[in-house]
Amino acid sequence: MTSLMSTRVDETVIATTYEGVRALAVRPSVRQTISQTMVMAWRAVKKMQRNFEQLFDVTIQPLLFTAMFAGIFGGAISGDVQSYLPIIITGLIGQTVVTACVATGVQLREDMDKGVFDRFKSLPIARIAPLAGPMVADMLRYLIASLLTFGTGFAMGYRPGGGVLGVIGAIVLAVFAGWSLAWIFAWFGTVGRSAQGVQGISLMVMFPLTFLSNAFVPTETMPGWLRAFADVNPVSHVITAIRDLANDGAVTAEVGWAILGLLAVVAIFAPLAVRSYSRKM
Amino acid sequence: MSESSSHLDLAVHATGLVKRFGDTLAVDGIDLDVQRGEVFGVLGPNGAGKTTMLQMLATLLPFDEGDARIFGVDVRRQPHVIRQLVGVTGQFASVDENLTARENLWLFGRLQGLASKKSRSTADELLGRFGLEDSADKPISQYSGGMRRRLDLAASLITRPPLIFLDEPTTGLDPRTRGQMWETIRDLVAQGCTVLLTTQYLDEADQLADRIAVIDRGRKVAEGTSDQLKSQVGSSTLQLRLLDPAQTAAAVDVVRRVVGDEPVLTPEAGGINVPLADANRAADVLIGLREEQLLITSATVQKPTLDEVFMALTGHGAEDEAQRPEKEMAR
Repeated sequence: MTSLMSTRVDETVIATTYEGVRALAVRPSVRQTISQTMVMAWRAVKKMQRNFEQLFDVTIQPLLFTAMFAGIFGGAISGDVQSYLPIIITGLIGQTVVTACVATGVQLREDMDKGVFDRFKSLPIARIAPLAGPMVADMLRYLIASLLTFGTGFAMGYRPGGGVLGVIGAIVLAVFAGWSLAWIFAWFGTVGRSAQGVQGISLMVMFPLTFLSNAFVPTETMPGWLRAFADVNPVSHVITAIRDLANDGAVTAEVGWAILGLLAVVAIFAPLAVRSYSRKM
Repeated sequence: MSESSSHLDLAVHATGLVKRFGDTLAVDGIDLDVQRGEVFGVLGPNGAGKTTMLQMLATLLPFDEGDARIFGVDVRRQPHVIRQLVGVTGQFASVDENLTARENLWLFGRLQGLASKKSRSTADELLGRFGLEDSADKPISQYSGGMRRRLDLAASLITRPPLIFLDEPTTGLDPRTRGQMWETIRDLVAQGCTVLLTTQYLDEADQLADRIAVIDRGRKVAEGTSDQLKSQVGSSTLQLRLLDPAQTAAAVDVVRRVVGDEPVLTPEAGGINVPLADANRAADVLIGLREEQLLITSATVQKPTLDEVFMALTGHGAEDEAQRPEKEMAR
């Protein structure tokens, strides 16, 4: 029996404990990884329920910003508030979702500093699950933000030309955008030294991403260099795509560009985040 | 369990463990063998490297040097397998404060592959076993220190790992809760678990551990049963307290002359512990002091405590660091 010790048999290792011989997997399977990620997502949702203030950025903020920005800029930009609504509501969805992403990174950092994370590390689970779980759960936040922004707009008299299907398409795109862009902030979350530090860097990135875009004003009014940035900013493409879907019900080339841009963000930042995260795991 | 000399039969077999943090050698070449079914105590003051060593063995910290096998499985090469064999409880592995006790146990069960229903019944069973049913649905923030420790321990037992690491299981607990925790640990062992525990309490190692390794500044300075360690400082100890602490040096000279051994100074001023191979030599020491006009306030002959062992082995007291647990547990 002793000669069996630690003999590698394909994907398992034999360990001889007091109970007898145990064959144990060398790594978690894909199925286990997905199930562990979903359990971690459940944990993140529970956490959201118990710390309702964590949802302020996707509840109070959309309500407040929508009413505020529409009122402030409406007259100046579009002549009156009503005709500004199709621009600002869609723009604010983009803006709110990016803001919500920042919290993803900050909360991940806070989480990693807690004792329970050390237990996660000591468990035989996929290393990625504690990172991927909150990423999945936060899609709920982006959904809440999008729904509330549309809802507020609707209450103010916004009637999206794209109809129900167009609005659903826009919301799905917004949630996907939130999930993709969150990888940037998740990466900050894994490299930052403290939650405050992560918040600081994230805000510095978040502001240009949202304000140097077509979220609030047409980019034509910007100086050339700003406009150049605003036009390539993936957030601009996402917002244009959301407008095409919600206001015209049209799946335009912009929708394709937006998805492509978001996939590029995921392709760059997801590996970065996973790598620096695994090092800490 | 078999007491075979083959390291393959050991629960833990570690050789030459080294861990550096910058210029600091936290763990400096430690060898460790833990038999199956025993409680092995790692004793040392704060900062001795106990926790670091445990984290290395639990795959939470990479090795700088050395090798370790747990139930024959290579710790460095098969971390995922090791994690299935070892349950970790302690300063560094706790539960989720956002969840209730029941939710925590369910979560850890689900993460380790139990179906939802099975995970729930396992959680209920553990809550019952650890006397936590009444508080199972309360927020963890309302838990007392003792309840937290019991929940921490319950969380590492969900998949019945054959080896449990306990990192300072009773640090910061009041004496009564400490006793309860000891009972719980004894129960585990009775069920066949192997336990590797660290402690800064000498009496805890004495109470629980079959064998003890004394760690100081990253090195193992002694190893053996509690009795073996105690016998290293003689069969008994004469504890003296001088009236005038300034005469300590003179008194030490007398002891050296009479007993031929080096006495141990205790942290209290004027306190001297004299290891005696034979308790009857105590009278000779007292007579020697009397002849030199060195006055004492008290003299007692006792079986040696592990405190004395620690001092004899490391040349400095465990007290300086170890007897202020409240400060250390803030983490």
